[in-house]
Amino acid sequence: MTAGDSASGAPFGSTAREAATDGPDIERTVRPRVRRGLGGWLLIAVPYLWLLTFFLAPFFIVFKISLSEVAVAIPPYLPTFDLAAGWDAFVSGITALSIDNYLWLTEDSLYWKSYVSSIVIAATSTLIALIVGYPMAYGMARAPKAWRPTLLMLVILPFWTSFLIRVYAWIGILKTEGLLNQFLLWLGLIDTPLTILNTNVAVYIGIVYSYLPFLVLPLYATLEKLDESLLEAASDLGSPPWRSFWTITVPLSLPGVIAGCFLVFIPAVGEFVIPDLLGGSDTLMIGKTLWTEFFNNRDWPVSSAVAVLLLLILVVPIVLFQNQQQRATEKGR
Amino acid sequence: MKKLLFAGAALLGLLGSSALAAEDRVVRVFNWSDYIDASILEDFTKETGIKVVYDVFDSNEILETKLLAGGTGYDVVVPTGTFLGRQVQAGVFQKLDKSKLPNLENMWPQIMSRIERFDPGNEHAINYMWGTTGIGYNVEKIKERMPDAPVDSWDMLFKPEVVSKFADCGIHVLDTADEMFPAALTYLGLDPDSDKPEDFAKATEVLLKIRPYIQKFHSSEYINGLANGDICMAIGWSGDVLQARDRAAEADNGVTIAYSIPKEGAMMWFDNMAIPADAPHVEEAHAFLNYIMKPEVVAKATDYVFYANGNKASQAFVSKEVLEDPAIYPSEATIENLFSVTTKSPKAMRVRTREWTKVKTGQ
Repeated sequence: MTAGDSASGAPFGSTAREAATDGPDIERTVRPRVRRGLGGWLLIAVPYLWLLTFFLAPFFIVFKISLSEVAVAIPPYLPTFDLAAGWDAFVSGITALSIDNYLWLTEDSLYWKSYVSSIVIAATSTLIALIVGYPMAYGMARAPKAWRPTLLMLVILPFWTSFLIRVYAWIGILKTEGLLNQFLLWLGLIDTPLTILNTNVAVYIGIVYSYLPFLVLPLYATLEKLDESLLEAASDLGSPPWRSFWTITVPLSLPGVIAGCFLVFIPAVGEFVIPDLLGGSDTLMIGKTLWTEFFNNRDWPVSSAVAVLLLLILVVPIVLFQNQQQRATEKGR
Repeated sequence: MKKLLFAGAALLGLLGSSALAAEDRVVRVFNWSDYIDASILEDFTKETGIKVVYDVFDSNEILETKLLAGGTGYDVVVPTGTFLGRQVQAGVFQKLDKSKLPNLENMWPQIMSRIERFDPGNEHAINYMWGTTGIGYNVEKIKERMPDAPVDSWDMLFKPEVVSKFADCGIHVLDTADEMFPAALTYLGLDPDSDKPEDFAKATEVLLKIRPYIQKFHSSEYINGLANGDICMAIGWSGDVLQARDRAAEADNGVTIAYSIPKEGAMMWFDNMAIPADAPHVEEAHAFLNYIMKPEVVAKATDYVFYANGNKASQAFVSKEVLEDPAIYPSEATIENLFSVTTKSPKAMRVRTREWTKVKTGQ
């Protein structure tokens, strides 16, 4: 489960870097003039082949399982396709597939409630991350040039520890007799320990903490490139700093804000580890529901259907994100 | 390097009893966490020259997911009865070669016949440990809140007017439908082994009524919780509660833990060793099973984990204090009152898991 999670995190990490360096810009200016030889085509084939092998093929396998039926067997579903069994077996296998599992998902409100609750939790966490992350990125971009690499390093540093271990550490901090409660009790701010662990509050803390760097990095990249002469001009013309901030800095940093928000929102929707470790039994998230279907119920077909629907739901923000990225690079040209 | 390995393996082979082994012999065992005395594994290697690669899991569900995906690479796995039943049906295990298991004669016929419900003819598995699912509680805290608490009855958990008295000191309940539904059905006087949707619904109703008083659904945290005095009651597995009892006694922290088997009947479960059909080291796996069935070996494990084993001959070697503890080895009369459940169909499982989700999430 953790492997899957970090794997799904990785592509977003690379997108963050791409957004930070504004890489597509260079590619775009070069592209029309290139005449492709065999080597050129091979070069292009590599990423497509990668996508085909590691994204499309697994997706079709999951999609096929989602149309199957549970069985007491290895693997635990029917039908299975065996190339050796010949064409007839293949055809009868195809006709045995059905959309029953998707109908089951619509019949039970648990799934829709999980999807909606995941989206709400992800959106709220994104908003909190933005409120926390914007001042951080702004402070970094305005810091003396000599400090910036160090500050950047500090943001990236947590990645050197396993994601799972960092989430586990929060259990020690948030539990009833944990560090936070002991500290607050010592300060005298509270007289009975707060119950934070195993509530949605803990889930928000976990998500914001884990995904904050994904928001800060693209935002910092945008803010750092901001043309300071614009601010100087505004101040020469008598604009107070707060006004310059709202009318110049904020609009110009919007592409970074949008990129950062998507990079937090998209993986947070499907998050499993954080709600499982920090959330309570009534924390509804689709990643947890999927886990229950797969492990507790050993219902591979239904959990595959949940996964396919999750992907379809996430395609919307991902496409929006792509469009925004494209517009941003076109504008930059 | 390869040469060195070969030399090492050859040396090991010479040292071990089976000088035949020219290559490194291994057995890969996948067992529950904290479920064996590690010295048993060392002794096994000393005696047979077979190296043990030992891995642990903490839930039947994880084990089954791995087994059903196939190709686990494990030679010995330890599923609980109901899971074993389904896995045998799915063709996960190979038949045991009983000619290689002379120690089978040490097994306890009464236990073996109970396991036949899951594994007809005892063809695929041998019993390792068995235990009960009952009530673990903090004697002082319960007494303080309710001097005449019905500690030997399911009323402790399922009667709202009783359980509500203990909510403030913390109650944990096992996070598995496989244990909690039979318990609720027993309380209702229904067949604990029922797979009727309407019975599941009735059990859910009972569980939902007491849900507000439950601090957490979790299958292992209660050991520490009880021992430290953080919680005062848990529905848990016998040996785990007894481990908590011992930890509290060692810590001398004023906490006294007791375990009771409800008089209405409680679940008796069996953890069994079996060999996956695609196990790479079949020969070694049989050697391991046969070793575990040695009376003095499994007695050592029982003394360590506080669970009874399914080996009758081992009782001569089990320490007196463990053997005479009715929470570990219940009396014949109590055993008659214990029930075990059978494997459910996938459809019934789906309904039951859904009901369990409802209990836990309130959705």
